[in-house]
Amino acid sequence: MTEAAILFGPGALGRVLPILTVLLAIVAIWYLAAVWMNSTWVQDQAARADTVLTTGDLVRQTLTLERPVLPAPHQVAMGLWEGVAGQKITSKRSLVWHGWVTLSATLAGFAIGTAAGILLAVGIVHNRAMDQSVMPWAVASQTVPILAIAPMVIVVFASMGVTGLLPKAMIAAWLSFFPVLVGMVKGLRTPDAMQLDLMHSWNASRRQQFWRLRLPSSLPYLFASLKVAIAAALVGTIVGELPAGATSGLGARLLSGSYYGQTVQIWSALFAAAILAAILVMLIGVLERLVLHRMGLAR
Amino acid sequence: MSALPVIALWLGALALNTWLSGFDTRATRLAVALIFGATILILWEMIVRIYAIPPVILPAPSQIGASFAANTAILWTDFVQTILKGALTGWLIGALAAVLTAIVIDRSPFLQRGLLPIGNFVAALPIVGIAPILVMWFGFDWQSKAAVVVVMVFFPILVNMVAGLAATDPMQRDLMATWAAPYGASLWKLRLPAAMPFLFNGLKITTTLALIGAIVAEFFGSPTKGMGFRSSTAVGRLDLPLVWGEILVAAIAGSLFYGIVALIEKKVTFWHPSQRRQRG
Repeated sequence: MTEAAILFGPGALGRVLPILTVLLAIVAIWYLAAVWMNSTWVQDQAARADTVLTTGDLVRQTLTLERPVLPAPHQVAMGLWEGVAGQKITSKRSLVWHGWVTLSATLAGFAIGTAAGILLAVGIVHNRAMDQSVMPWAVASQTVPILAIAPMVIVVFASMGVTGLLPKAMIAAWLSFFPVLVGMVKGLRTPDAMQLDLMHSWNASRRQQFWRLRLPSSLPYLFASLKVAIAAALVGTIVGELPAGATSGLGARLLSGSYYGQTVQIWSALFAAAILAAILVMLIGVLERLVLHRMGLAR
Repeated sequence: MSALPVIALWLGALALNTWLSGFDTRATRLAVALIFGATILILWEMIVRIYAIPPVILPAPSQIGASFAANTAILWTDFVQTILKGALTGWLIGALAAVLTAIVIDRSPFLQRGLLPIGNFVAALPIVGIAPILVMWFGFDWQSKAAVVVVMVFFPILVNMVAGLAATDPMQRDLMATWAAPYGASLWKLRLPAAMPFLFNGLKITTTLALIGAIVAEFFGSPTKGMGFRSSTAVGRLDLPLVWGEILVAAIAGSLFYGIVALIEKKVTFWHPSQRRQRG
């Protein structure tokens, strides 16, 4: 038995090994691409300085450029480390601070969107008029690329004197309400006729039907939707930061990096956003397991 | 007192819809949805007029319509630039690449176990963020927008397609084996058709993603046309009716795009249970 198998249980190696192999291949391809894409610039510089580069020099220089076309993985990792641990948290260069600005708007928007989605779903399940009038438009609302509206939403709110967290949160909320609505409607409708009849024969009121049967059986669907919704909320917040000339947040970091050609800054902000998204989805997953376990629904 | 007609209209439409929804036929369902939409538009118009809301905050639907009619030439150029060139090209390339990759992955269980978790993970990340990088690499014109769209649509379609190719049951695959079907035949006759519902699920999800990618990428640099470019500059000039015109174009294009994909799905997967008429 290998050490990994002892640590993670049998079969863990079989699951992890393919993922690690693919990850390793991605990093290798990334390094090759970095050398290849940055080599034009390095060679131009060398030709201008009338020096001849050996292959070793070429590789070394392509991987240490200040403004590379494609930064090497270790440069991005350095940039991330620099941004997270190398600065005071209150500093404008700190990724923790920018990440917090984005995170707070994401969470606010996620809360608003989830609440709206659940309330609408409850209304749709209980009221046929609402089902027929709201549902088609909720579906249609998602074919509108809301992110096109992002700059305008922010200007409209700014003209009413509302700036900062709320406008971004509204965009995040708009993106996250739909997955929750759809999942919740589906979830609230899972109880089959037999179960509903049983509730009926126990003379349960609509309220009791809702709290004791419909709501619990909708929870697995709700959590599946929440995972989608929180990732969408993060995307909404980041894009909401782009066009409004915001100076804080990961989106602003991306934009200023693109203005000044700071590629390492763009990539670090991108990875910070990706890590944030992964952590958020993971947290929802943990919450899901806890809640479903408490309710005896865990498989 | 000026709020009175607004409330009256709202209550009237609500009562009408409640009454209509009781019948629950195809025609009344359509009517209910249309009445709801029309009510919102009329209420919007009334509120803007009664309370004299400046167009900078919220233009009335009639103003938006007028601006749309007056700027059709501009809107058409933007539509061609962003949707036809950027989003559609990128979506087609991305979908094709994802389907081909899925077929390659499908032959190797090792790759499946390695690539799928990563693909699932990447699909949940804020991929729009790569827009500034790709704009740097591919220039300001539509090619960079198409590249952003390719990356954005690739993973959702890939994940769906791989799941689809694995969706046949062992009995069917055994049957193909007893007939000594070569890989190509079992792929073409059994697995690809079985994967179609999954593929179309991915294609439908990514229609909006494609528009979003193309529009957002324009915030990072664009020639002087395109929907993202126009809406951000029009906001700067406080020409809000034009911005809403762009939004209208985006909404129509998005709905059409989705509708066309859904229509093709209906033709291709007519045999699937979800396409049969069902009573809910």
